[in-house]
Amino acid sequence: MSHATVTAEPVPTPARLQAKVAAIGPLAWARTNLFGSVWSTAVTLALGYLIARVAVSLFAWGVLHAVWSVPYGSTGIADTSVCQNLKGIGACWAVLGDKYRLILFGRYPYDQQWRPAIVVLLFIGLYAVSGMRRFWRKELALIWIVTLTLVGILMWGGVLGLPLVTEDYWGGLPITLILATFGLAFAFPLAVLVALGRRSTGLPAVRMLCVLYVEIIRGVPLIAVLFMASVMFPLFMPAGVNVDKLLRAQIAFILFAAAYLAEVIRGGLQALPKGQSEAADALGLSYWKKTRLIVLPQALRLVIPPLVNTFIGFFKDTSLVLIIGLFDLLTMGKVALSDPPWQSFSTEVYIGLAVVYIAFCYAMSKYSRSLERDLNRARAR
Amino acid sequence: MTSIAPVPAEGERQFMSQTMQNGQMAQTLAGPPAIVLDKVNKWYGAMHVLRDVSLTVTEKERVVVCGPSGSGKSTMIRCINRLETHQEGRIIVDGTELTDDLRALDTIRREVGMVFQSFNLFPHLTILENCTLAPIWVRKMPKAEAEALAMSYLERVKIPEQAKKYPGQLSGGQQQRVAIARALCMKPKIMLFDEPTSALDPEMIKEVLDTMIGLADDGMTMVCVTHEMGFARQVAHRVVFMDRGEVVESGAPGELFENPRTDRLKLFLSQILRGH
Repeated sequence: MSHATVTAEPVPTPARLQAKVAAIGPLAWARTNLFGSVWSTAVTLALGYLIARVAVSLFAWGVLHAVWSVPYGSTGIADTSVCQNLKGIGACWAVLGDKYRLILFGRYPYDQQWRPAIVVLLFIGLYAVSGMRRFWRKELALIWIVTLTLVGILMWGGVLGLPLVTEDYWGGLPITLILATFGLAFAFPLAVLVALGRRSTGLPAVRMLCVLYVEIIRGVPLIAVLFMASVMFPLFMPAGVNVDKLLRAQIAFILFAAAYLAEVIRGGLQALPKGQSEAADALGLSYWKKTRLIVLPQALRLVIPPLVNTFIGFFKDTSLVLIIGLFDLLTMGKVALSDPPWQSFSTEVYIGLAVVYIAFCYAMSKYSRSLERDLNRARAR
Repeated sequence: MTSIAPVPAEGERQFMSQTMQNGQMAQTLAGPPAIVLDKVNKWYGAMHVLRDVSLTVTEKERVVVCGPSGSGKSTMIRCINRLETHQEGRIIVDGTELTDDLRALDTIRREVGMVFQSFNLFPHLTILENCTLAPIWVRKMPKAEAEALAMSYLERVKIPEQAKKYPGQLSGGQQQRVAIARALCMKPKIMLFDEPTSALDPEMIKEVLDTMIGLADDGMTMVCVTHEMGFARQVAHRVVFMDRGEVVESGAPGELFENPRTDRLKLFLSQILRGH
């Protein structure tokens, strides 16, 4: 018998070869996973039919019968009658073509909209640079300061020959990115301090303060905090002192995000074995050196997934500022829809907005996964 | 308790000769005190974990602390560099008393190295970075100098070739040797060992004990909590037996092991020896 196999091995029969290919090919995968039994086959067919139906009608609506542009009348008002006639049959992407600058940049002066456009690119560049591990040096802080200053100069203007544009005219994607970036950039260090404070054993007053802060902020909806910042806060200020609405919302957002991030970071601190801290103590490292060199690098690594989860959540929560009258990306979508000719094309606008949000959030989650993989590779067990 | 002694018990005669040697060494040591514990008391809540513990370790002396689990021996050694605080009595290390004064504590921790049962290497740093961290950040040593120093100690513990690896890639015995090198990089005057071989597989205990014996030969002041009686016989000037938070007996290892005066030590020794 063994003799037979030895001779058979070098020249595999075609049938055997075929079986082998099928065993690893997509056909074999489908056979085991989709058509394994009668029930499985039935469910596969039913779902396949549904998916095909939805895909076909989506394609027909979104591509085949879609209207990409509409004629403009002599008054400059869009003639959307083509779209109206095709409503429910074909998508009217012309609304995005007509309104994308309003949605992205709000009521920022039309001829100056290159400035918020550069701001958006600056933000994206900042994220990209910050994401690369070879830039994780002291210089990164400088890059942030420079970029955020540039953002301020470009948005406000008033210097370097740029006309002044006050915050009342800001809107759209820059507002969303400003709120999210400044918000998380300031909330994160604050959250680290609160998390450390909540775990400090030597300073009971500090710990109480941190616990109180986290519990109170977490016990209140973000909308309420934003309302307080926009309506109540000015009441407590002396007459004549006027803190800008965007800044107030920004601060409210930072305080709110910090409480949540602090709890995530505290989870990482708690997961760290006590021996790590003791070993650092025994070597004579001071509290802050120990925290910076030993505790935080390990604790933060442990909480990358929940941290990014919170980041994504807050990126989307920036849209809540609409209730205090700030015009972020989502709000600008609503504003664009208030234009009479386009009023009935909200689906198209919201799909467009969703694509922008998904692009940012998906990039975050994709990056967090690669970061985790990289960091774990360095200390493979 | 089931660990293998580095010096196998080859016969009573050899033990006796070693015992005599160590006994004599203990008598000749009369340097200035490195560590003084004076009537130290400690409670965890209502539990009295250290009861009037008094112990003086002179410079270059090597003391082995043994005792059943829960006897307070680890707590005692951890009080010496204030990983645990005591509530009553005095602890004076290298002439400085341990109080709430953080500056005094920093001074002491710089002079006292500690090796833990569970190694406690920093997993996010390489072996070399583990060793250079404290010299660079605490002693303010230039990086190149710290790395040269670290490599010399890694060579001493016989793992210079692992310098670029991470702790997770090393065996337990190797990790513990790195932990010893890491502590030595601070050039401490005193080394504390808290059950350094208890978390190791039997075949790795010898390499760690050999490293410690090499350290003893250099005249390092050492306090070592361990159950390795062979190590105690070979290296210790004095063995301290603790039980239920008290120092029950202390003396030269031979004397203590051959002629235990108390029933508690007799019981402990019989349990330990049964394990061997």
